[in-house]
Amino acid sequence: MFGSILSSGLAVGAIYALIGITYNTMYSTSRVMSFTAGQLGMLGGVLGSLFILKLGLPIFAGFLLTLAGCALVGFVTELVAVRPVLKSIEQHLYVLSTLALALMIQQVTAIQWGTEPQPFPRLFGIGSGVLDEKFWLPVAACAAVVLGLELLYRRTLVGRAFLAVAEDNFAARALGLPERHLRVFSYVLAGVIGGIAGFAAGELMLAFFANGPLLNFYGFVPVALGGLGNNRGAVLGGLALGVFQQLANFTVGGVFASIAVFVLFIVVLLAVPQGIFGSAAARRV
Amino acid sequence: MPTDTLTAVPRAGAGSGAPTRGAGLPVLPYLLIFLLACALPLAGDNYWTVIATRAAIYWVLVSGLNLIVGYGGQLAIGWVALLTLGAYTASVLAGGNVLPPVPPFAALAVAGACGGLFGLVVGLPALRLRTFYFAMATLGFATIVTQIALAWQDVTGGGIGLPGPALPAPFDSEVGLYYLCLAVAAACTLLSASVAASRFGRGLIAIRDAEVAAEACGISKARLLAAVFVFSGVFAGVAGGLFASLQTYITPEAFTFELSVLFFISILIGGRGSILGPLLGTLILTALPEFAAPLAAWSNFLYAAMLLVIVLTVPGGIAALLDFRGRRARDDDRRVLPDPSRLQRLLDRGESGRGIELQDVSLHFGGVKAIDGLDLAIAPGRIHGLIGPNGSGKTTTLNVISGYVTPQQGGVRQAGAPVPMGQPLACAGRGLARTFQTPRIVGDATVLQNVMMGGHVRAAGTFVESVFRLPRHRRDERALHQDAHDALAAVGLAGLAHLRADRLQHSELRFLEIARALMLHPAYLLLDEPAAGLSADEILRLGELVREISRRGTGVLLVEHHADLIFDICDHVTVLNLGRVLASGTPQEIRQHKEVVSAYLGA
Repeated sequence: MFGSILSSGLAVGAIYALIGITYNTMYSTSRVMSFTAGQLGMLGGVLGSLFILKLGLPIFAGFLLTLAGCALVGFVTELVAVRPVLKSIEQHLYVLSTLALALMIQQVTAIQWGTEPQPFPRLFGIGSGVLDEKFWLPVAACAAVVLGLELLYRRTLVGRAFLAVAEDNFAARALGLPERHLRVFSYVLAGVIGGIAGFAAGELMLAFFANGPLLNFYGFVPVALGGLGNNRGAVLGGLALGVFQQLANFTVGGVFASIAVFVLFIVVLLAVPQGIFGSAAARRV
Repeated sequence: MPTDTLTAVPRAGAGSGAPTRGAGLPVLPYLLIFLLACALPLAGDNYWTVIATRAAIYWVLVSGLNLIVGYGGQLAIGWVALLTLGAYTASVLAGGNVLPPVPPFAALAVAGACGGLFGLVVGLPALRLRTFYFAMATLGFATIVTQIALAWQDVTGGGIGLPGPALPAPFDSEVGLYYLCLAVAAACTLLSASVAASRFGRGLIAIRDAEVAAEACGISKARLLAAVFVFSGVFAGVAGGLFASLQTYITPEAFTFELSVLFFISILIGGRGSILGPLLGTLILTALPEFAAPLAAWSNFLYAAMLLVIVLTVPGGIAALLDFRGRRARDDDRRVLPDPSRLQRLLDRGESGRGIELQDVSLHFGGVKAIDGLDLAIAPGRIHGLIGPNGSGKTTTLNVISGYVTPQQGGVRQAGAPVPMGQPLACAGRGLARTFQTPRIVGDATVLQNVMMGGHVRAAGTFVESVFRLPRHRRDERALHQDAHDALAAVGLAGLAHLRADRLQHSELRFLEIARALMLHPAYLLLDEPAAGLSADEILRLGELVREISRRGTGVLLVEHHADLIFDICDHVTVLNLGRVLASGTPQEIRQHKEVVSAYLGA
């Protein structure tokens, strides 16, 4: 009982954390929270199932193609829904443009892929019970992504430039950093991370078009609680959220678990609007 | 906004209630839509009557939501939750599966009340949460409501659903229900238009586009939004009850997120700050799938695509396309010619006494000392100039007085009594008006509306009085109109009253901010670099205007870099440097002060 709560909780928590990192990656270079984050996770599952089960490609090729597809979606997001509205960021038009794009992605998936959940291939066949691969795979994927991002940010020039843009956009541009290219890169990277999240979650959440809004919400909760742009907060918040949700699921049942998560989300946000690890708001006058 | 001044704005002093602007033109489109809607069942095709019933019900909800999204700028994307709530409340009560059955119309009323209550619950996070957060919170709420409807089987029938309330004759036929919904929709249009055209509607736009200025005008975001959330929650609840009657049988699947998106997108396609636009948007989006039957499956995709196109190409929506008046060609002669004689009625406080005193105020941002032990006094009827190099603490001083920042030490007294620190909202009530270094105006609204925002706290009528246009509301509006015309004439912008504010030149915006400040009948006026960006001519006229304002008893604090203007009109000048007073005295004394000359003025 306790073991299964923990393993399924950590598994969904890792998925939420990855979607949270997807949000953060897009946010860091553009100050935009994009509704496409959850859709990327959904696409990771759907494309994986499409390439491997429907088209019969080898697992690794299917994985790469899935990531490529999600990267493309990330690229298109930046091009279509973010870049045109960046100059009027005060008006928050990005909320609407990314919402529109996310809905379009979801509708196309619903029509082309179908509205029923479809199976996702078993990848390695390692583990059973509480150590089944559908539980440990998301956790492993989350660890790999966090590690990869750390290496990228600390060891590579691109990663450091990326951090510079995230820290201070104007100063970075004044230093001659290619701010626009870095932004495009961050959206492609976010696409890849979202794709990994969805692919790793495939066995647990299946290839289902309605996973998009679900991941949008549950992926946003850790970001909101941990503070925008804070990946450590997203990981901790995501894992905690997952365990909390599964605990509530097992003890009081599904509906009340959703209500509990929602109430927790609202209460914490009202108490600490900038997030637990976030920084205070800027001066207004 | 100018396209839908549906309300009859009484001409100042006339009080007849007859429309003044454009000879009733703005009412025409609504009348046309209403008459067409009345005639629709005569076509004899009941299928279209049902579609139109649905459009009317959607509009009942959207007309309320429009105040939140279009006017208040709050991104409530999950408003379908309240439709669900209203539908289930009405159905459960009328069906009598929990309590004894209630008459359908009473059930409808309770649905509205429930909607109002939960509108407040869903909306309240908006007071603390920023845009995307609030959008997510409403989205989460919508998900939860559907899940509860599914799970609470004893009451809601779970996935199987339950029958909607059956209305008594003559509303039990398709046509009867249609006319009922049409009547409700028309009433909702009128009520929401009343709010939109009142000081509350202007307050909502101010919160949306110029939140800081709204605070300075004493417009309380919390109270205003709370009222509007209840208001549009009631509409959504009623819409839900009618929706259940139309459907005759409801299940949780009837209330998809796509429906919420339809409501939301109707408003944005229609245009923010408009009523006609979202009305057209609702009609178009409801009818669209019917015209393109093969595309029915793609209708949600089309809505989303339309939203994207609108956001990227015409963020103003349909309303911006229809706004001919606001886009009228500019006049050639746009000189701002203030007429100080019009100040007389606006500046009637006759305040005297000790004025505003700052005592030993210190404030630091982290390690930076912005103000360091400052004493300062603004006397009624006098102009106090505040000069100093950049970063010397001038604007911070002004922000301390107007409550935007809280000093760590020291305090402010007004007329001898200590003033609570850090409460910008309270300043308007004390007769304290201010302008901003960067003009903060609502570009979408007309110049007149922008100015009228400044008088928000001088009106006495409540929200409910404005909804029903009761006498006190009409008196308020008349007084605000008269004041606004006086204020515009006083600063010299009378000719531009009906232009969209974003078509004004920079110098005109500075005068517009002063006009807005005058609406408060201010006892004290704080001006933050009012001469920045003005031509030499305009600075002269500004100086005369400010001097005339002080002559009528208002105390003025003038933060400026133009030394000429300061020495020309000020009664007293304080020079700041690094947050401390470098010198203080009459203009003559300051001119000869050695340190000031060497540090700031130059030889």
